[in-house]
Amino acid sequence: MSAFFAVIRRDLILAFRRRAEIANPLFFFILVVTLFPLGVGANPKLLQTMAPGIIWVSALLAVMLSLDSLFRSDFDDGSLEQMLLSPHPLTVLVMGKIIAHWLVTGLPLLVVAPLLAIFLGLPEQALGTLLITLVLATPVLSLIGAIGVSLTVGLRRGGMIISLLVLPLYVPVLIFASNAVEMAGNGLAVDAQLNILTAIFFMSAVLAPLPAAAALRMSVN
Amino acid sequence: MSIIPAPIVRFYHKTASPPYFYNLSNKLMPWLSCIFLMLLGYGLYSGLYLAPTDYQQGDSYRIIYLHVPAAWMSLFIYVLMAVAGAISLIWRMKIADVVLISSAPIGASFTFIALVTGSLWGKPMWGAWWVWDARLTSELILLFLYLGVISLYGAIEDKRTASKAVAILALVGVVNIPIIHYSVQWWNTLHQGPTVSKMGKPSIHIDMLIPLLVMAVAFKFYYAIAMLQAAKVEILRREQNTQWVKKLLEQKQ
Repeated sequence: MSAFFAVIRRDLILAFRRRAEIANPLFFFILVVTLFPLGVGANPKLLQTMAPGIIWVSALLAVMLSLDSLFRSDFDDGSLEQMLLSPHPLTVLVMGKIIAHWLVTGLPLLVVAPLLAIFLGLPEQALGTLLITLVLATPVLSLIGAIGVSLTVGLRRGGMIISLLVLPLYVPVLIFASNAVEMAGNGLAVDAQLNILTAIFFMSAVLAPLPAAAALRMSVN
Repeated sequence: MSIIPAPIVRFYHKTASPPYFYNLSNKLMPWLSCIFLMLLGYGLYSGLYLAPTDYQQGDSYRIIYLHVPAAWMSLFIYVLMAVAGAISLIWRMKIADVVLISSAPIGASFTFIALVTGSLWGKPMWGAWWVWDARLTSELILLFLYLGVISLYGAIEDKRTASKAVAILALVGVVNIPIIHYSVQWWNTLHQGPTVSKMGKPSIHIDMLIPLLVMAVAFKFYYAIAMLQAAKVEILRREQNTQWVKKLLEQKQ
């Protein structure tokens, strides 16, 4: 347990020493959301209907872009090898790294997303649902993404492949999360979507560290 | 282990040896090809000629004799790849790696065929090449999963590491396939009415069904042939420095 918190603490300290790494995915997220009105036109009605999808697709891309930082620097400086050699179970350490990653990249999205949602004209009654879906689903993005990164961390050019590995697995999250926001905007009940998102969250929290740890062992060898 | 009869266990261990697998697939090949050609001939003849014309769709429904078996194969092969991946991770069986990676391009092509024939059929029936229907979408995502496996294997240079990586990926993918499938179905049913699913499952006449099943079995045999051929090449490539491959080459010359 102490190793678990030590990993989180270490990663947070490292992230705060390099603030650009926190800011970059956030700026990317804002930028992609800004591109949509420029691309499809500034019709408020159109933007309002597209808002849940725009925000969620951008969040997906932003998290995917930040995944590389999850294990890359540890792999380069050899601390990943030390983690593999340490007596603590690797799945626990991986879980710590995933949580730290979420705190650094997922949490800032939670703060910015409602603001962008208002810019896009999302009805105010949907903002609460948007926050809940972000709380439930951005950790899932980090968890599933961890599998993809740990498979490709040994590669020099893993960037393109990781999108091919990870994005298909993100489909259920995108569907349920953006649909919940859309329904909430129309004033409908969203219990079903939120329940399913919760289920996906718990399932990936339990299962995802296992293949990620196995893939890390394979990548480092 | 005691539940499984001893000859099966022996066979299982024997197939794990590359030379034995190589020779076995060499021996099986003529039989498989023979059965495949017979089934294909009968399936195509009865499907395209003997089966009655559909009263609504005319003759254009006949594309299902390619489309449906290909779609079935696309799922079947992915599950088989995941099983092979599990075997290779648990028992470190080299042949399972070979089977996994030789299956991936075949599965991807079946998925592609299912998509292409589906859109060829969709143009006269639905009036559009592509509809964001639940089945089409999840088939498309399946294609991406296949491409992920293929490109991950290609990207890792050490092939032993690469086999392990794709085995893990195939297992992760197979857990996700049902989730993706049902979420896509749910997404679609919320967005649009039953314009598509009304035609989705018409009860099929027995004269149309039999050729379909024959074609499905024929496709299974085709897969076995194509996979074994690819596996043979892969085995030779991996074992090129061993004694038995060198002997094999000397015999050929």
